[in-house]
Amino acid sequence: MAIKKIEARELSFWERTYVPEVLKGVKITSRHFFRNFFVFVAQVFGLKKDKRGAETYQYPDERRPLAPRLRTLHRLTKREDGAPRCVACMMCETVCPARCIFINAGEHPNPHIEKYPTRFDIDLGLCVFCGYCVEACPEDAIRMDTGILEFSAYSREEMVMDMKKLLALSEAPPPNPQRTPPPAEEAH
Amino acid sequence: MSYEFMAIEFAKVTFLFSVVMGFASILSWVERKQSALMQDRIGANRAEIFGFRLLGLFHILADGIKGFAKQDFIPPKANKVLHTIAPALGFTFAILAFAAIPFGGVYTFGETTVNLQVFDINSGLLMVFAFMSLGIYGFVLAGWASYNNYATLGGLRAGSQMISYEITMGATLIGALMIYGSVQLQEIVFYQGELLWGWLPKWGIILQPLGAILFMTAALAETKRVPFDVPEGESEIVGYFVEYSGMKFLLFFMTDFIETVLAAALTTTLFLGGWQVPYLLSDGFHFPWGGEWLLPVWIVLALQVGAFLFKVAALCFFFMFIRWTLPRFRWDQLMRLGWTIMLPLSILNIMVTALVVLLVEG
Repeated sequence: MAIKKIEARELSFWERTYVPEVLKGVKITSRHFFRNFFVFVAQVFGLKKDKRGAETYQYPDERRPLAPRLRTLHRLTKREDGAPRCVACMMCETVCPARCIFINAGEHPNPHIEKYPTRFDIDLGLCVFCGYCVEACPEDAIRMDTGILEFSAYSREEMVMDMKKLLALSEAPPPNPQRTPPPAEEAH
Repeated sequence: MSYEFMAIEFAKVTFLFSVVMGFASILSWVERKQSALMQDRIGANRAEIFGFRLLGLFHILADGIKGFAKQDFIPPKANKVLHTIAPALGFTFAILAFAAIPFGGVYTFGETTVNLQVFDINSGLLMVFAFMSLGIYGFVLAGWASYNNYATLGGLRAGSQMISYEITMGATLIGALMIYGSVQLQEIVFYQGELLWGWLPKWGIILQPLGAILFMTAALAETKRVPFDVPEGESEIVGYFVEYSGMKFLLFFMTDFIETVLAAALTTTLFLGGWQVPYLLSDGFHFPWGGEWLLPVWIVLALQVGAFLFKVAALCFFFMFIRWTLPRFRWDQLMRLGWTIMLPLSILNIMVTALVVLLVEG
């Protein structure tokens, strides 16, 4: 086993007196302080609107921009006639590491489509937002691009999203203003 | 005792008390906002009254209301009497020490002479030091009476830290006192109004630069704030006030800020010329390069009191900067700094000062 000896650096005389080092530290902190201070004061007078005096996003009032590839609340996409694109192949249910997807398949009246889901539930209390279901889906039927980050409930039952709710998320843009536009349809 | 005298004394006490308490409560806001700006944050800004937020200044009020509304908890096995009076002790002694600090000079209005110092005592500096030392009792008692090992540890640390730094503080001052030749704070300030070589104000920081730095460091250690906050040590032992809640805890918190103001006021009085404005005498400016600018006495008063407040505020600001810049000292580092660096340096300061005083005056 190799042993690596790390010698503590010998401090110079001035470093041991603390005073210059303390002033160096104060220099750094005061640089931040005065820069931010002047940005805030300038913004009161309507200047430097493009600069931020602080990194803080004041969350409920102000939302930080979401990255386009961020995985947020799921939605089920629709065909042109409004039926779900899902063919109940169970790929997502199988790949889900948290086992939070529950699908019941039914026979579709259209002979070109083999199956369709009669029930499609996602238990958000179990979901770990890994995005495997989106990757596994051969029909581009499930996506995680709604931009919705806030979902909470008072009971475990309310955390379960059924098919109706998941489809409704594809209907109209959700109320979140920061919603990232879904990417253009791609051929699979 | 005339009514006039009583009115003047009452006005002085009221002014000083409100200034100290005002400074202390504003400092709790400054601490939040200043640290926020230094760390690229915004800081507390949510408390609002009728839609006004006023940069978060209402948080001082909100803290007070919260402190009074909270449950006042006393641990079942704690010593109830001592546990209750401990925060008041620390607070009282910290605020009493201000009595001897002059916040303005001596002014004559017609036949009345006003000395802007609440308690004009011959041994002013000794009194301040006595009260600062007595303040330790509050913290040691708080730690001991709480019946909690962490609190006891905090109290012990507070006691040993304050005692070791008080020695440095006292030893540092001896050099300054040899030059001033008095322990009466008003006389010390008057001495600092004189000029060295006809143009340089004889402020303590110019005559005693090493003493000033040592004193400021020791005074910072007395306030028990970062980097000398080992008695509190929030991340490890929480400190002597771990068993306190509500307003009693806030009283400890306020004591810290009052001690910061006290450290700033003492440093100002002893090393930054107190209320002195350079070249401003009791009847106006007398510049060393010739030329005068005579002013009425009340403008001089306003200027000098303003200068004192400005210096105290600037020093508080500087102490806050250090508090948010440095990490905490380890316990052994703290003791080594106090006993093996600062104490010998302050004794060296005494000897060098004595030699210079002997050569210059002898």
